[in-house]
Amino acid sequence: MTEGTFGAPAGEPDLVQLLTPEGERCEHPDYAFDLDDEAVRGFYRDMVLTRRIDAEAIALQRQGELGIWASLLGQEAAQIGSGRAVRQQDFIFPTYREHGVAWCRGIDPLALISLFRGVDNGGWDPAEVNFHLYTIVIGAQTLHATGYAMGMQRDGCVGTGDPERDAAVLAYFGDGASAQGDVNESFIWSAVFNTPTVYFLQNNQWAISAPQEKQSRIPLYRRAAGFGFPGVRVDGNDVLACYAVTKAALQQARDGGGPTLIEAFTYRMGAHTTTDDPTRYRLQDELEHWKLKDPLARVKAYLTRNALIDDAFLADLDTEADDLAAHVRAGTLSMPEPDLAATFDRVYAEMTPELRAQQEWFREYHASFHPSGGAADGGAPHAEVTR
Amino acid sequence: MTALTLAKSLNAGLRRAMEDDPKVIIMGEDIGRLGGVFRVTDGLQKDFGEDRVIDTPLAESGIVGTAIGLALRGYRPICEIQFDGFVYPAYDQIVSQVAKMRARSQGRLPMPIVIRIPFGGGIGAVEHHSESPEAYFAHTAGLKVVACSNPGDAYWMIQQSVASDDPVIFLEPKRRYYERAEVETEAGEAPYPLFASRVVRDGTDAVLLAYGPMVKTCLEAAQAATEEGRNLAVVDLRTLSPLDLDPVYELVRRTGRVVTVHEAPITGGLGAELATRITEECFYSLQAPVRRVGGFDTPYPPARAEEDFLPDLDRILDAVDRVLAY
Repeated sequence: MTEGTFGAPAGEPDLVQLLTPEGERCEHPDYAFDLDDEAVRGFYRDMVLTRRIDAEAIALQRQGELGIWASLLGQEAAQIGSGRAVRQQDFIFPTYREHGVAWCRGIDPLALISLFRGVDNGGWDPAEVNFHLYTIVIGAQTLHATGYAMGMQRDGCVGTGDPERDAAVLAYFGDGASAQGDVNESFIWSAVFNTPTVYFLQNNQWAISAPQEKQSRIPLYRRAAGFGFPGVRVDGNDVLACYAVTKAALQQARDGGGPTLIEAFTYRMGAHTTTDDPTRYRLQDELEHWKLKDPLARVKAYLTRNALIDDAFLADLDTEADDLAAHVRAGTLSMPEPDLAATFDRVYAEMTPELRAQQEWFREYHASFHPSGGAADGGAPHAEVTR
Repeated sequence: MTALTLAKSLNAGLRRAMEDDPKVIIMGEDIGRLGGVFRVTDGLQKDFGEDRVIDTPLAESGIVGTAIGLALRGYRPICEIQFDGFVYPAYDQIVSQVAKMRARSQGRLPMPIVIRIPFGGGIGAVEHHSESPEAYFAHTAGLKVVACSNPGDAYWMIQQSVASDDPVIFLEPKRRYYERAEVETEAGEAPYPLFASRVVRDGTDAVLLAYGPMVKTCLEAAQAATEEGRNLAVVDLRTLSPLDLDPVYELVRRTGRVVTVHEAPITGGLGAELATRITEECFYSLQAPVRRVGGFDTPYPPARAEEDFLPDLDRILDAVDRVLAY
């Protein structure tokens, strides 16, 4: 049992916080939340619904319907706050845990779940929603993000002053990924070429069973200084602060001001994925400590205290969450099985003779088990639904 | 027709690809002012600017990883890996990301990336500068792998690779960079398809299969064999993935005897794949087992021992003797 990271952040001067765990708004000299209370209600709704998707997916995994699930429990504020700060023309490179960010991009949760069920590798069109496929290899996507941002520069989409045109890239990764060579190479590239790349590091304290202390001897946001761009640590359980900090960093990037590293100091309340058991590596006390900082509770406290929500709002939200859960459940169970024969067609733009021969062989072989003819059930990719 | 070295042919081909498509960009270490350590990109940055001929930081995973992002944005990056032995830091990005992107996106995300790798030995280099990594890439679904062997192919194949919507590992025989030949640079289109092998010498007694730097060696061996009254065919495979073996099968059916030749170590090499396919396809035509000539299963030796490591005329002709002995 390793001594966990209780995290000093409360009261730490370099932690940006705009909403306390008690649900009280507070000020920060550099960052302000500039949206109205209706937006805060919207953020709360996003977080509740995202948490519900997560809970439903965990249940589906436990029932054997998903091979695995990477829970975002505890990271809703980091994801909704940052995800709501992007503009349509910005592009996002997620890890495999960014279900809340995907929600902000209007991606149907079923398009995420299909990956974890094993029927495809991501059921959305990245170019359509400006949200790349989940990348499983830790940190590899940060380089893709930098390259994409270099493309934005070459397309004249940086620093023109046109809010419809100027764009930035938001790259997500975790505390574990901060140790990867690719992430560090991405930092170097982004700094050297001054690309419009914003890094959003969700420090959830644990890289599977390894605590943050095994990744870094210094606070992660301070890494940025060594690469030559700003780093800022934000309370990752504070959706207002995550929004404000990300919005500012994205704007700086769009304006030609180059990259920023945002470290969202947060906590993974569940397991890394449904395959591991956090009781083997972390203390219950730590979990209890972080429960007091729950990202949803503090927004609800703020909204309740200021009479911005009432029982009817909460009842409606409950109903909406139930409907969403039912959609996730029914949609998961009705996903067609993937058709291996179709995957041959997607390997190359120009099919190879060898692959064509293998495909034909497979089709004939497979058909021999189904004398009625035709492929096995399924074949067509499941319908893509976007909200 | 212009007499060009293989390196100059590549330069001319790259130049033409960049002129034809403004989305084509080149990125790599020392490719700008220096023009690359082999000068293949000489003068391109001067003419196309630093935004299209990008001198990168010294990190290969970064070169390929950022090229992926540029490709996702609609660009057609050409990555220069300085030497074969330095491609391994980029291996994850190539194999896990470039190769799989189209398939995992259900065909939505093409990866029109060319990764140029000077490969093979014979130039007296220090360690890690003389490797033959082609089998790693040919084994990877989603990549296409080609090797040029002469200036004419170099000029056209690089342009065809850039135009391909599939990712291409483009292998350049570094010991042949400075060999010169007449190149048809005025033609509107390439004389051969990119993914096609080519019979470069017809013959009746046995067929030599080679690619890249060994094509010339095989042609020399075939010439030497005529003194013993032997008539050997030579095939330049040109494409290693996909393989184009129909012309090879035809020759095998005529000659019944095959020797494969590459610099890479024998075990798990392209020769093993060629031998198996020929056996599956032409079993009743074979007069002898397919023999493989290649590097040994040792790390590439120090330069002063590489003459013994690399296939040469004698080793090729010894293998020919063996297949003819049946």
